[in-house]
Amino acid sequence: MSVLEGKELRIIGFLCNWCSYGGADTAGVGRFTQPTDLRIIKLPCTGRINPLFVVRAFLNGADGVLVSGCHPRDCHYTAGNFYARRRLEVLRSLLPVMGIEPARFEYTWVSASEGQRWRTVVQKFTEQIHGLGPIPAFKSGTCLEACLGTAI
Amino acid sequence: MNIGVFVCHCGSNIAGTVDTVAVAKAALAYPEVVFATDTMYACSEPGQAGIIEAVQKYELDGVVVASCTPRMHEATFRRTVERAGLNRYMFEMANIREHVSWIGKDKDANTNKAAELVHIAVEKLRRNTELTAGEFTINKRVMVIGGGVAGIQAALDCADGGLEVVLVEREPSIGGKMSKLDKTFPTVDCSSCILGPRMVDIAQNPNITLYTLSEVESVDGFVGNFDVKVRRKAAYVDWTLCTGCGECAAKCPSKKTPDRFNEFIGKTTAINIPFPQAIPKKASINAAACLMLTKGKCGACVKACPAGAIQFKQEDEIVTEQVGAVIVATGYDLFDFTQYGEYGGGRYPDVITSMQYERLLSASGPTEGHIKRPSDGKEPKDIVFIQCVGSRDKSIGRPYCSGFCCMYTAKQTILTKDHLPESQSYVFYMDIRSPGKGYDEFIRRAMEEYGARYIRGRVSAIQPKNGRYLIKGVNTLMGDQVEIEADLVVLAVGAEAAKGAPQLAEKLRISYDTYGFYMEGHPKLKPVETNTAGIYLAGSCQGPKDIPSSVAQGGAAASKVLGLFSKDKLASDPQVSSVSLQRCIGCAKCQSVCPFGAIEMTQFRGMTKASVIATVCQGCGNCTSACPQGAIQLSHFTDNQILAEVHALCPY
Repeated sequence: MSVLEGKELRIIGFLCNWCSYGGADTAGVGRFTQPTDLRIIKLPCTGRINPLFVVRAFLNGADGVLVSGCHPRDCHYTAGNFYARRRLEVLRSLLPVMGIEPARFEYTWVSASEGQRWRTVVQKFTEQIHGLGPIPAFKSGTCLEACLGTAI
Repeated sequence: MNIGVFVCHCGSNIAGTVDTVAVAKAALAYPEVVFATDTMYACSEPGQAGIIEAVQKYELDGVVVASCTPRMHEATFRRTVERAGLNRYMFEMANIREHVSWIGKDKDANTNKAAELVHIAVEKLRRNTELTAGEFTINKRVMVIGGGVAGIQAALDCADGGLEVVLVEREPSIGGKMSKLDKTFPTVDCSSCILGPRMVDIAQNPNITLYTLSEVESVDGFVGNFDVKVRRKAAYVDWTLCTGCGECAAKCPSKKTPDRFNEFIGKTTAINIPFPQAIPKKASINAAACLMLTKGKCGACVKACPAGAIQFKQEDEIVTEQVGAVIVATGYDLFDFTQYGEYGGGRYPDVITSMQYERLLSASGPTEGHIKRPSDGKEPKDIVFIQCVGSRDKSIGRPYCSGFCCMYTAKQTILTKDHLPESQSYVFYMDIRSPGKGYDEFIRRAMEEYGARYIRGRVSAIQPKNGRYLIKGVNTLMGDQVEIEADLVVLAVGAEAAKGAPQLAEKLRISYDTYGFYMEGHPKLKPVETNTAGIYLAGSCQGPKDIPSSVAQGGAAASKVLGLFSKDKLASDPQVSSVSLQRCIGCAKCQSVCPFGAIEMTQFRGMTKASVIATVCQGCGNCTSACPQGAIQLSHFTDNQILAEVHALCPY
């Protein structure tokens, strides 16, 4: 099944298992209604995120990418989110170079208990992406795609 | 590979807002899916039997269950596929309850989303490999943090079970809040008579090492093998020499030192033993009040001490303890009522907290059990109790009920009548909450036998009037205003998280709620576990609790630790990183980002290569992201798997 035409946009969430995935669960347990656009990919830690995953998602047509992990100093693996923050900051500054609006990408910290906060994050981000609309298609065979092809 | 997909209805929890039949049908179109069905309750006995049957009938190599969060039932279904003859790691879950059916209202959108989540689970599963858990040895020692009644119970139960226990307490003595209480509800028996012997048991048990005046500095390691650094704060007394005779306190000239143990209602000396039943019965010096430590002259205690134990040069000491599990029993603190302006904000000497009143009632307290007003030492005649001070009040960020205040207020009215038969108690309450064995009967006794007058309503102001206090409030049952003149006002202050609770949680890597109370593993099924393996909770650190509940949790946490330690080895999660020797160029980037020191550089045919110590690796995958070669891969979260999931969601 494809994206529900006209209703939904494609938003990918990379969430760490310990905090934000749990936070999304807590939001579910609390029945905190959210937009349905987001698809969550679970990872052990935000430190597992290779920034190229995010780029790949955009190249393949994602309209928005959200990363969420444990609050700084609260990482289950002590420091994974610090590494993630550095990598994702660099990624963010490079997005315009690739022709991707930086507002299509965000990273945030949500703990396992912050169900309410998770709902707010999802609502705001989804709204933001809907404001931007669908991502313009990348032309196949461009230099960027070729470079990424070898990198990933 | 043959994959089977099982889409759970979860009664109507999922099926109510997701078309599970359509999801199963959609799943059949995904690569390598040979079988897909919907099932009423996948986790139930027939549900699991259905999975096993399908695995055998369709010769499945892997199973996807689309149901609740993996935090709930991943372990259940791993066991199921294992019983079906598969490797337990050839299994993936799609979370279509917490992440779909419970948060989305549009059934079409939900169904579509659920199907896509099944798709990414299938793509991930296709790239899973069979894994076998390794084993690691565990250190069968346990640390209990907090020496209140919950921690004492946990420590004693663990020690009785044959474990070595390290008990760490922040204050100079164990005993916690319970040691400050005069009597306990609903039996009105003496608190220190119940707790005292348990405290002595702690001191005498050869399996228990007790560190008081100590705090946890840092926690490293993981279940079975924690390294905990404990800061033993300077007592300025050598406790190996101190006999607890109390000669030092008798001679100390700083007689106006604020008395923490007595809730600042009395004065003590700079060197003191906090209370007669203190364990350990050792003196310690309050550095802020000691003349020698502040001004450099005095030394009265040095002359008085027959054991020569006083050491003004003593410094904090860090000790490292190796333990396999930790029980956190750090308790609670009392709400600071001074933020309520209507109760005087702390300006009136005779408006006191319930715990201060408890010290006035106690025979070992500053007034030796005689109820006297702090201002003039006179016996009060009319006493007003105000409940819900710092409980059930959104405006001060305390929407929760502290649970035990209704009961202790009733107890205090009963004790007041026992101490002062001529007195009259008034209780302003919002609702009476007394759900416990014999609790409601107890409240009735306070009202009917002891004549406490209960007034349903809040107090709007307390004003001084001719050496007494005028309490203005409302009686919501009568629908009129009430004015009572009283000699003493006792505020039933609520419970809040212990000071420093979030900081300790961060050291332990456990989660805490908005109010600083620690989060249990599951609100119903894992009340004393945390989501960090090997760390358990007991007592009020998890939320306000009365003594019976705290003791029950202490025992429950101990039994969990004993269960954990009943095995000599624990199975390690095999979802760890491994290195491809062909690809590794020996740059050691992985080693530098590993938070656990799980990567060592080894020589292989004259070349430097990374190597993962599987038992140390915790599976965070930071190394995989750092590797420029893609040589080190976290199993079941490989680059290829994550990219396959991305491709499944974004196919353009």
